[in-house]
Amino acid sequence: MSDTEADEGGNRKVKRFMIVNRKAPYGTIYALEALEVVLIGAAFDQDMTLVFADDGVYQLKKGQQTKGIGQKNFSPSYRALGDYDIEKLYVERESLQARGLAPEDLLVPVRVLGSAELSVLMDEQDVVLSF
Amino acid sequence: MAVLHTTNKSPLQTRDLESCLRLTRPGCSILLLEDAVYGALKSIEANAKLVDAAKDRRLYVLGPDLAARGFTPEEVIAGIEVVDYGGFVDLVAEHHHVQAWV
Amino acid sequence: MTAAVALKDKEVAVDEEGYLINLADWNEDVARTMAADDNIALTSNHWEVINFLREYYAEYQVAPAIRVLTKAIGKKLGPEKGNSKYLYELFPYGPAKQACRYAGLPKPTGCI
Repeated sequence: MSDTEADEGGNRKVKRFMIVNRKAPYGTIYALEALEVVLIGAAFDQDMTLVFADDGVYQLKKGQQTKGIGQKNFSPSYRALGDYDIEKLYVERESLQARGLAPEDLLVPVRVLGSAELSVLMDEQDVVLSF
Repeated sequence: MAVLHTTNKSPLQTRDLESCLRLTRPGCSILLLEDAVYGALKSIEANAKLVDAAKDRRLYVLGPDLAARGFTPEEVIAGIEVVDYGGFVDLVAEHHHVQAWV
Repeated sequence: MTAAVALKDKEVAVDEEGYLINLADWNEDVARTMAADDNIALTSNHWEVINFLREYYAEYQVAPAIRVLTKAIGKKLGPEKGNSKYLYELFPYGPAKQACRYAGLPKPTGCI
């Protein structure tokens, strides 16, 4: 962040970032990359909101065992988000239902919102990054 | 021996599996791998239609990709066989060629 | 070209910043050797942090950023250790970066 973005007190500006996760884990790199961006944003004290919609809800599915495919199982990392003060995790209700999933099937506590409510939340952000 | 078709995209995000079913002949085999394993799950209502369309094909799903995504063989639609990497190799050897629907 | 840390009986590969390429290569000797290369003799206070990081990574698959490390250490080992002054004294090159390196973890995400 540049100095010009600091306020008069010398504080850096905090922006509202929303990361929209729409891809399943492991088949593509998007889920892992999004997680990296979330952790980087949090390390820079930004206001991070995570949305999981479409196949993105599968990122949070419990019981992932990746030994067989030789990839790192990054699903436990979602449980560390609280340590990074990331508490705003939203899952789209329609996506969850279409996949026959319930909040109990997910690794972390989330807020389930309908698409109409999510679109309002999306409009309130400074930056929306889609993965 | 017939053709082995493979698809690796989630049926909820692309229509690759539908195209594959439309453009393949009865008697062939279809292996769902990577993100396509979601197509083998009972929990997705929309899958029933696809499986119905595939009655005259043999359907397989790759077990390690299923496990990576947090699902067990018990959650797979009856009639779809779960195979491991060895089973994948056997399927490739048994069929006269492999067509990947990437 | 990869760099390496030379142990008594073998070498382990590290990246250009000194982090282990293969996390499974780690043992206490690796940590001691890395620290010795920085002219640091590891004390029980260092090990407390290193072991904490290894446990954290095993649980969450994340190398925690400095703020997260400080807070988590405070929660586990008390406020007299969960502050940046204490941690910087132990790891003057940056507690998260340096301690993660000794612990055989990747560089914390968000560190530059």
